[in-house]
Amino acid sequence: MIKKIQSFTIERIEILNEKGEVDKKLFPKLSDKQVLEIYRWMCITRIFDAKAVNLQRTGRLGTYASMLGQEATIIGSAYALRKQDWLFPSFRYSGGMLLRGIPMDKLYSYWGGDERGAKPPENVNVFPLCITVGEQPLHATGFAWGLKLKKQNAVVLTDFGDGATSTGDLNEALNFAGVFQAPVIFLCQNNQYAISLPVRKQTAAKTLAQKAIAAGIKGVQVDGNDIFAVYKATQDAIADALKGRPTFIEAYTYRISDHTTSDDAAKYRNEKEVKEWQKKDPLQRVKIYLEKKKLWNEKKETELQKECEAIVDKAVKSYEAIPRAPREDIFKYTIAGGVA
Amino acid sequence: MTVLNMVEAINLALKQEMKKNKEIIILGEDVGIDGGVFRVTEGLLKLYPGRVFDTPLAESAIVGTSIGLACAGFKPVAEIQFEGFMLCAFDQIVNHAARIRNRSRGRFTCPMVIRSPIGGGIKALEHHSDSPETYYIHTPGIKVVIPSTPYDAKGLMISAMRDPDPVIFFEPKRLYRAIKQEVPDKEYNIPLGKARMVQEGTDVTVISYGATVRECEQAAELLKGHVSIEIIDLRTLSPLDTETIIKSVKKTGRVVIAHEAQRTLGMAAEIATRIQEQALLYLKAPIERVTGYDIIVPLPKLEDYYFVDEKRIAEAIEKVMNF
Ligand SMILES: Cc1ncc(C[n+]2csc(CCOP(=O)(O)OP(=O)(O)O)c2C)c(N)n1
Repeated sequence: MIKKIQSFTIERIEILNEKGEVDKKLFPKLSDKQVLEIYRWMCITRIFDAKAVNLQRTGRLGTYASMLGQEATIIGSAYALRKQDWLFPSFRYSGGMLLRGIPMDKLYSYWGGDERGAKPPENVNVFPLCITVGEQPLHATGFAWGLKLKKQNAVVLTDFGDGATSTGDLNEALNFAGVFQAPVIFLCQNNQYAISLPVRKQTAAKTLAQKAIAAGIKGVQVDGNDIFAVYKATQDAIADALKGRPTFIEAYTYRISDHTTSDDAAKYRNEKEVKEWQKKDPLQRVKIYLEKKKLWNEKKETELQKECEAIVDKAVKSYEAIPRAPREDIFKYTIAGGVA
Repeated sequence: MTVLNMVEAINLALKQEMKKNKEIIILGEDVGIDGGVFRVTEGLLKLYPGRVFDTPLAESAIVGTSIGLACAGFKPVAEIQFEGFMLCAFDQIVNHAARIRNRSRGRFTCPMVIRSPIGGGIKALEHHSDSPETYYIHTPGIKVVIPSTPYDAKGLMISAMRDPDPVIFFEPKRLYRAIKQEVPDKEYNIPLGKARMVQEGTDVTVISYGATVRECEQAAELLKGHVSIEIIDLRTLSPLDTETIIKSVKKTGRVVIAHEAQRTLGMAAEIATRIQEQALLYLKAPIERVTGYDIIVPLPKLEDYYFVDEKRIAEAIEKVMNF
């Protein structure tokens, strides 16, 4: 006898399409003011990002991982978090770090190779970003587990790429989160590539969201270029996490830029594919949506661009004015009290 | 002879040996279509389709499956993108690659090469500037190789691919494109476990390996005419060419050992111990170590404070001379 004892489905959430139209039934609770604020953060992220690439090209910053094209995934999730929640970011989540309170000049200084830039201000619930792929989700899970043991009303969000889903550590994190019912949200930024490897060669699985199933936790896919879908999925995940139910969100998006400033994506992917994805630009959609609602026009757009550029320019000035740390700095934090 | 940099020299070794040995397969992250992030495997996928594999992102799996492939009769040459990520495969290397021969009493072996860039100096992100060779040198059952020139890189890589045991092949990343040298077009091999005499001298023996060999040569340049300096490039860190070291020390009586890795239990500690075991009475001065500090390698803004430079090496040489 053969019986069917389990079956699974993976859902995909889409709310805002490329024409700026929304699915009203699914639209999350967001005021116009909040949508405007979200759009502003997306613009800040994009301008911060373009500036970072530019600084690197002119030798004023180190190797940098661009977020271009992934702003909805990053800002939609970071914006949904509450003050008390925590973030354990990857190296491709700078915009979310800014939104959560990391000062922009500090973030530039980190990417500029200054250790001091990695120290989050005391009242900011953000961990230093993680360079090793797929590893900080375990820390996020442990931290979330700890929050739960301390009976705190807070969750942890951690992001990582599609490549990370192949690592043992990530899968161990999902499993632990399920077993210990940790209030953690796994945000997979499926930007279709891990450096040169396309996601279809990363895994034989049809979706990445289904990686959650074996761990017994919820997995959902969202249109990662759709700010409202990402926001809603994160909000739902927060509510579930607080009940001890972790979620794996696969944000289906695309890395428009090179992998990092040391990469040349033209070696392994064609321009046509990039062009197709450019049509799905996450900022453009919000802009059209706002225009349709008569909340936006070209004048406001120009003003916002100017404002964001000014913010970024100011941060760059401040970053470049930071004096080099003294030699003692390298010995200070190895262990408590430092080493001689 | 063609003038090549280290990237090209290793690439040539891989190309030639793959032609000769059909069992060699290449695997790792971005080694195929991208040719590796440092381009060491550039063009190999085209030349040898079906033998070069872009793997999913999982170092433990890259090394773990290489062990299986090796036991099945292949010769995997696995690339780990940066030394910091090799630690993800540490368990597979130490608990398995290094032990299969011993565990099966010789029935199974896993001859394979694990290639990885090593060391700092390219203004990289965290985990991209480390010198973790000690972990592997400390592990019995594997060999550890680190070339300092394009010529040696080619010859050592060919030997590594012909070795009956697992070999970790570290490539000093700041040398990748920094030096060019005439490299024979034909294949040749340089035996593992044999050091290279970089230059002969009579006053002091300077021992180093990898990228730091260059700084030793620069230090010798600084002291030219004052001190007669012998420089030894170890080339293989495990097994260590103790014979060459001891012979030199017996001649000079003074020793400076330089490496980028942290000090405690670094290569220098082992070498100094062997010298005192075998040549104590020849020493005219305490052995000097010039190494990285016992700290986390700093990010680029302050990394120059960490690295061993020719001035520090020259000071150490003067110190043993003036003892
Ligand atoms: C454990 C580990 N292995 C390898 C690397 C080198 N590396 C950096 S990013 C990257 C690809 C990551 O792909 P993905 O997880 O999809 O994230 P993305 O960069 O696309 O955001 C690789 C291989 C690393 N940082 N960490």
